Amino acid sequence: MISPWFSLALGLYLLAAGGFTVFIIRQQKWAFRCSYWILVAGFLFHTVFLAYGYYQLGTAPVLDLRSALSFFAWTLAGVYLVVQARFKLRVLGSFVAPMAAFLMIISSAMPWAAAPVKPLFKSIWLTIHVGTVFTGDALLAIAFLAAIMYLIQERQIKRKRLGSMYSRLPSLATLDAINYNSIVYGFPFLTIGMITGSIYAQVALGRYWQWDPKEVWSLISWLFYAALLHQRLAVGWQGRRAAVMSIVCFAVLIFTFVGVSLLMGGYHSFSSMGTR
Amino acid sequence: MTAMLKIIAIGMNHETAPVELRECLGGDADNIRKVLAWMRSSEVVREGLFLSTCNRVEALFITEEAEPARESVISLMSELGGVHIRDLAPALYVLEDMHAVSHIFNVASSLDSMVVGEPQILGQIKEAYALAAAEKTSGVILNRLMHRAFHVAKRVRSETEICGAAVSISYAAVELAKKIFHVLEGKKVLLVGAGEMAELAARHLLTNGVSSLVVANRTFERAVEVAGHFNGKAVSFEEIDSELLNVDIVITSTAAKEYVITQGQVKKCLRKRRNRPLFFIDIAVPRDVQPEVHALSNVYLYDIDDLKGVVALNMSQRKEEAVKAGRIVEEEVGKFEKWLKTLAVVPTIVSLRDKAESILQAEFAKSRSVLDQLTPTQHEAVETLTRSIVEKVLNDPIVFLKGRAGRPTLNTYLDLTKRLFRLNGLEADGAGKAELGD
Repeated sequence: MISPWFSLALGLYLLAAGGFTVFIIRQQKWAFRCSYWILVAGFLFHTVFLAYGYYQLGTAPVLDLRSALSFFAWTLAGVYLVVQARFKLRVLGSFVAPMAAFLMIISSAMPWAAAPVKPLFKSIWLTIHVGTVFTGDALLAIAFLAAIMYLIQERQIKRKRLGSMYSRLPSLATLDAINYNSIVYGFPFLTIGMITGSIYAQVALGRYWQWDPKEVWSLISWLFYAALLHQRLAVGWQGRRAAVMSIVCFAVLIFTFVGVSLLMGGYHSFSSMGTR
Repeated sequence: MTAMLKIIAIGMNHETAPVELRECLGGDADNIRKVLAWMRSSEVVREGLFLSTCNRVEALFITEEAEPARESVISLMSELGGVHIRDLAPALYVLEDMHAVSHIFNVASSLDSMVVGEPQILGQIKEAYALAAAEKTSGVILNRLMHRAFHVAKRVRSETEICGAAVSISYAAVELAKKIFHVLEGKKVLLVGAGEMAELAARHLLTNGVSSLVVANRTFERAVEVAGHFNGKAVSFEEIDSELLNVDIVITSTAAKEYVITQGQVKKCLRKRRNRPLFFIDIAVPRDVQPEVHALSNVYLYDIDDLKGVVALNMSQRKEEAVKAGRIVEEEVGKFEKWLKTLAVVPTIVSLRDKAESILQAEFAKSRSVLDQLTPTQHEAVETLTRSIVEKVLNDPIVFLKGRAGRPTLNTYLDLTKRLFRLNGLEADGAGKAELGD
């Protein structure tokens, strides 16, 4: 059975996504204000849903793809609210809200598998590990969205055809700054998430690293982002190239998150997390 | 009678009159006061306002006698400007009633401006109205008309994009720079060569926050001279390469036949600049910057044709928005017309109410001796009772009359009402009290 809290959150995210779409087309401030508060409400209901899940399971509700996607949507919405407070960039919501709603729809379409939780997962380390990794993922998702916005805007200026998105999207400098800052903050979260993960593995399984596909791919995405940060800081990459690279990095990250879990097995895969 | 009041606008603008003629009338700031003083003392003009800007000179007034008022305003204008009526008349437009209302709404909303959507005109009209109010030449109709005009202007501004994107080359360049750099504070500009348009663009960039300006010129003396205008630094042509490392925006405008800045030159400096964006504005014809520069990453080159393209696009957007704005104006003219028509009914309604009130007072006076015996509560009850009977009896005729406002049969009904209630003896000139709410 789908929790009413979840349905409420999903409904409000969808509504917010619709509102933000109206906002980007009509450019009216009230559309932004409504959508923003609808998103906040959705986030609060979602928080209640997750807190209830945590209370029921005795650990973070992230043990199947369905829950993991919903958790990702929650961190994305939360991180967006923080970024919005910092950058005050209204148009960002028009990209984030649809993405959060999309994640929730996929999540709600996933099979519901209620299984007792193995004692292995009832550890504070799991919560810390997953919490930090997902916060990092959400920030990197924002970087990805900013990169897409950058490429759209840059294309308009380069082609000298200033279409309807030209006035709606912010300046290149702003988008580049959001992309950069999201990665600068997202990368440490990813790093801490991987470190706490290996501590958790040591505590629970007795080994820090065991070449599980998820571990390997996490390391690969980490290296991709490390390379991007290096290019930005040391070589002075910015603008288009950095945007393209952060889109590539995010693709690798998403593959690590979804693809590896579904295709490659290993102890991180969701199918192995049920009772066995 | 109120029904014959006319709203008239007489004026000239950038389209109907050459600048020499507009100067004659607009030049003297004292003219406005003279016109207003004349309007106040005039027999034929009841309310009036005089607007004088560099692009238009306009008298707006309310009169009962259209023909003499029109003539005397025109002759006053010719007198003040020292222009013979023969020369003045062809440049003037004369608009009456709803055409005048629509015109003044258009002017306030900047739909009648040379650059459609320019924001100054509204302020100028507000000033003209404030002067008229101070000189006490504005009254019921003009007050209402001007407040509606300000309201229309506000609606047009908020509901359309009429004041949106830049419609001059130099502003378009500033807007583009903002889309690239977000803020121009702390950015550096290199001006290569000199010329009116390039200097205008540089000036706009400076007023938008650009912090420093470097001027390069073939002749160093000229560079020093131009740099002096902007508090900038002068460099020689050979130093352009090293300046390219520091600046963010380059404006070129030389008379050179070949490219002054080549792709190779720019490419070389990109890594040293750590890929910071670089924006070239090439105003020169033939062009100064090699077009291939635009292909480099994080480098943007707009030449004069590109900027003209942007301006043309923005212009066409404003035109589209002007159509939307036109609909708003039309709607508001309709509302104003409706209000104006109810104005014709007001004196009759006022005298109807006056008559009822006087009957009421007379009857109270007659029964005073009996009424005085009542307790205050009872007295109040009797008064409330009689008043509400009167109100209710009068309500239907009043609603009916208001409903007839603006219909051709109105006068018949006004006449009939006056005869039925014998209002003629009572009717004063009601227009003075004709203040009607919304």
